[in-house]
Amino acid sequence: MRSKKERRYSFCINLVMILISVVMVIPFLLLISASFTSNEAILLHGYTLFPSKLSLEAYEYIWVERAQIFRAYFITIVVTVVGTGTGVMISLLYGYAISKKNFPGRSFFTFYLFFTMLFGGGLVPTYIWYTRYLHIKNTIWGLLIPGLLMGAYNVIMIRTYYQNSIPSELAESAKIDGAGEFTTFFKIYMPLSKPVIATIAMFVGLAYWNDWTNGLYYITDSRLFSIQQLLNNIMKNIEYLSSNPYSIMSSSSYVPQETVRMAIAVVGVLPVLLMFPMLQKYFVKGITVGSVKG
Amino acid sequence: MKETKKGSTTIKRIRKAVPLYLMILPGFLYLLINNYIPMSGIVIAFKDLNFQKGILGSDWVGFANFVYLFKTPEAFRILRNTVCYNLAFMVINTTAALAIAILMSEIKSKRKVKIYQTCVLVPTLVSMIIVSYMVYAFLNTRTGYVNGLLRSMGRTEIAFYTEPVYWPFILVFVNFWKGAGYASVLYLANILGMDQEMLEAASIDGANRWQRIKSIILPLLKPTVIILTLMSISKIFNSDFGLFYQVPLNSGALIDVTNTIDTYVYRGMINLGDIGMSSAAGFYQSTVGFVLILIVNGITRKYSNENALF
Repeated sequence: MRSKKERRYSFCINLVMILISVVMVIPFLLLISASFTSNEAILLHGYTLFPSKLSLEAYEYIWVERAQIFRAYFITIVVTVVGTGTGVMISLLYGYAISKKNFPGRSFFTFYLFFTMLFGGGLVPTYIWYTRYLHIKNTIWGLLIPGLLMGAYNVIMIRTYYQNSIPSELAESAKIDGAGEFTTFFKIYMPLSKPVIATIAMFVGLAYWNDWTNGLYYITDSRLFSIQQLLNNIMKNIEYLSSNPYSIMSSSSYVPQETVRMAIAVVGVLPVLLMFPMLQKYFVKGITVGSVKG
Repeated sequence: MKETKKGSTTIKRIRKAVPLYLMILPGFLYLLINNYIPMSGIVIAFKDLNFQKGILGSDWVGFANFVYLFKTPEAFRILRNTVCYNLAFMVINTTAALAIAILMSEIKSKRKVKIYQTCVLVPTLVSMIIVSYMVYAFLNTRTGYVNGLLRSMGRTEIAFYTEPVYWPFILVFVNFWKGAGYASVLYLANILGMDQEMLEAASIDGANRWQRIKSIILPLLKPTVIILTLMSISKIFNSDFGLFYQVPLNSGALIDVTNTIDTYVYRGMINLGDIGMSSAAGFYQSTVGFVLILIVNGITRKYSNENALF
């Protein structure tokens, strides 16, 4: 039997949490509501939390200009899938090797990895190296390679997982059966590392999906724009969609500017929002996994 | 005789480990390309960079770039902004995350906790570009939500994107909005991992909720708070480029309160005349950051060895 006082206490706590949750969610509401409002109503009343006059004109406009938006979407999807797949694979391999106690050079390769968390060259040398020497400007590599592919933190998480959660007897018995390192890794370790793969793939995938800095630094060719970079350009110049050479409409035709940019933003975050409930478990696990010792 | 034997077993061990070396190769090469070669590029801070001569061939100028940098009023401003914003972020986000975590730990219903957690975590999922769209929807002069409210109350509108006074608050709020949920999950996991029997015993002994929070939960969270704070301190010269560049929409009128080391380095880099000062600022950020990490790690090791980074 809960006392009156206890119920009141629980009510207050829930009230505060509801308020905090509302603060967190309201910007999304404003974004979505704006995308479904008629442009004229917005010019008249401004953005509102609920559409003052429902309209699908922003999405209709996006549909007309779909070639550009689909293209950017396609670039983002390709970069996210290829980047995440490759990045997770090379991280797993690195983590596996440095988890082996009898690996000659293990401490060197661990330090080699770990040191990248402590010191970096910074933007200017990185930019000059990638553009002047490796010539990745305006290639798909500019979106895939710099910064995002493999991070020391994730590799150390994998190594710790292999050391603590997979019994070394498994690997030893495989070795007695004549399995080499690659067979052991693919047949025994990979199937057992699903939780850690899911967590890391989620963080790497999110980083690729949300990345706009690589686009800002390395891409000026609009054929290679990701969805984030397209959004960035639309924010800088709302006429971007209708004024660039890929536009179908003539530059003089009517654009529901204020709502279109919000609609494209909605299209850009939607996949992340829809997938989050499924991935929340791994996300929380990834945050709370403690030790990253070198 | 003994030595040759030892030598041959080493060779044997290495030969046996060839598959492992092959496994490490892609990651090794990636770190070489993405991290180590740019690291060696920090020498350009001491050079008069000339692309005709290349990085290695450019003339050494000693500390000239640094002298130029620290003569500009910008040098002090970017340092002040970077450090002060980081300090404000630390205080606000730690307090908010602790409060959210403690509130959530007091809620019995697992389903409710999960819903609240989803809400506070959703902001961490979106890019700074999307955040800049949301801020724009609230703050732009003509159609922004805030100005709509001001107008409906009969007040004059505010041109936020040209008014620097508001931005320290806006940026601190945006950073809270985007980051507090993440840290609160960490603290909540800590609270749930505490000895629940001890907490129950305390309430049986007549401790009220506030006493329980103040004298049991907070002291138990102290090590985590200290570790996270030390980690933030080691990054005090780094700033979120997106937050300071993208969210204020790169507005020139706001530069006094939004320019940080990272935005300065970027602006200097795209404006080629300033690349010397820009790389000097980058060098400064990298090396001071490195020293800070070493100091912070030393302190952490003394305080609680298992939480030290290395």
